[in-house]
Amino acid sequence: MNYLDFEKPIEDLIEQLEKVKGTHAQGKVNMAETIEQLEKKIDELKKDVYGKLSNWQRVQLSRHPDRPYTMDYLQYIAPDFIELHGDRVVNDDKAIIGGFGTIDGQTFMIIGQQKGRNTKERQFRNFGMANPDGYRKALRLMKLAEKFGKPILTLIDTPGASPGLEAEERGQGEAIAKNLMEMAVLKVPIICIVIGEGASGGALGIGIGDRVMMMEYSWYSVISPENCSSILWRSWDYKEKAADALKLTPNDMLKNGLIDGIIEEPLGGAHYNPQEAAEILKREVKKIFKALKDVSSEKLIESRINKFSEMGVYKEEV
Amino acid sequence: MSWFKRVKEGITTKSKEKKYIPDGLWNKCPKCKAITQSKDLAENKYVCPSCNYHHKISSEDYFQILFDEQKYKELYAEIVSGDPLNFFDTKSYKDRLIETQTKTGLKDALRVGVGKINGTKTIISCMDFGFIGGSMGSVVGEKIARSIDYARENQIPLIIISKSGGARMMEAAFSLMQMAKTSAKLALLNQEGIPYLSILTDPTTGGVTASFAMLGDFNIAEPDALIGFAGPRVIRETIGKDLPKGFQSSEFLQEHGFVDFIVSRTEMKDKIGSLLKMIACKKTSTKKTEKIDS
Repeated sequence: MNYLDFEKPIEDLIEQLEKVKGTHAQGKVNMAETIEQLEKKIDELKKDVYGKLSNWQRVQLSRHPDRPYTMDYLQYIAPDFIELHGDRVVNDDKAIIGGFGTIDGQTFMIIGQQKGRNTKERQFRNFGMANPDGYRKALRLMKLAEKFGKPILTLIDTPGASPGLEAEERGQGEAIAKNLMEMAVLKVPIICIVIGEGASGGALGIGIGDRVMMMEYSWYSVISPENCSSILWRSWDYKEKAADALKLTPNDMLKNGLIDGIIEEPLGGAHYNPQEAAEILKREVKKIFKALKDVSSEKLIESRINKFSEMGVYKEEV
Repeated sequence: MSWFKRVKEGITTKSKEKKYIPDGLWNKCPKCKAITQSKDLAENKYVCPSCNYHHKISSEDYFQILFDEQKYKELYAEIVSGDPLNFFDTKSYKDRLIETQTKTGLKDALRVGVGKINGTKTIISCMDFGFIGGSMGSVVGEKIARSIDYARENQIPLIIISKSGGARMMEAAFSLMQMAKTSAKLALLNQEGIPYLSILTDPTTGGVTASFAMLGDFNIAEPDALIGFAGPRVIRETIGKDLPKGFQSSEFLQEHGFVDFIVSRTEMKDKIGSLLKMIACKKTSTKKTEKIDS
């Protein structure tokens, strides 16, 4: 386990607990009572620490090195997942993966950004930053789902679309724009879940859904707090302030009517118990799909477009 | 110790002390430094006569250039931003809006006009770079959405002239969702077979590129405009190298297949006018066939 700075007190207690458990397992001393006390103490401390997180700390949690990524969720929610590669034009982007899988008997087209766990993996996955090829692959697979009448589930987790020479040459802007337009009129139900970072157009490029959800410790906005700080304050030092100003937490996003719901995480965050997090996510997906599966495609498309059309705050002066 | 000591101070004017210089009688081209009379420059559609540099111009200038007899009706002029997040960076968004409105005389970064282009009734949504970098917030999104609805109701072509740094950060996720909003509306326009011409001018970047600007049935660019998703500075920092010459220019985009054609502003009206005539709206074209049949 890795621990962030503000998680250190919890780390100390968990270490203590493991030591005591070790002694207990040797069978010489009965430590059952101490273990129970310690576990209770850890729970209380977790409730305290995670109950008063700053917005910046929430952003840090969304990037926690142990946080489950798309493939970790897939392992639990759709173990029979068959990955489908390539955009049929130039490439197979490694930062976005997709394919068919069944979630408790129902086939879904599941598409998500994938980050890497170590340096080598991170490079291979380009830090979860997709090139145009990734967005085009995603659209190809979504059209495939439409063809076979299967619902779509997207898992969003990206620090942004890839900025680079190749991305621009192959039309990063066009690829994302096309996805926004095409997803708006897909005939099958689309469920989108921000599982970690939801940064800008890179996230939105697979984020036009009938239901857009956010996990408890994820964030979603037009820019990362660091980049916002660098642009508006012309310095990297105002990321905490930017994290507050951007109103990027699930609660703020829900309050502003920009997402449809929040998915709870295990106490302290998905990284303490990825399996439990996946179970909760699966339950939500099933619940949402149940509500969408009998809606006609015309109605789906109409309410999807209406939902996004109503977003925005403006006044009309007389 | 350095060998030479600066005796004279360098440039010490802070950017906030810079004075706004009103348009005079003469204009110096920022590219070739040629001096042109302002009147001549306006007559040449604000294109430098010696180096073809396209000066950044306002929505009003574009309306004057494109609409027949410079006549048009402005729509949705009364929509203004609502500061949904109570945003505060170095100053409050509310103050920034009022300040910019006073300075530019504009309500926000986009204006909508309806009129005729070489006889074809057309609706134009045109961005103003002078208003917070032409950034897209709720007002820009709403005005574009309404102009798309107007084009659908009246079965007339839509032109959007982009000139923008991207999303408006002070409206955070609200501005992000304008990308979804405008693209979703364009999907409806697309289904109805109404032509949409996207005109890309210097600069068109970020969330605007990644939504309506790249979705034209025709993507048309002014010469040598900066068009891209990520800004050049960001890319340079990411790859740690200087960018190749002409990277993200209109010509670069045409070469890579993302722009249909590049047209000088001096010929824009005529070229667009003929294109609109050729592809006239579905409704009118079916009517014409009916006439021929009878």
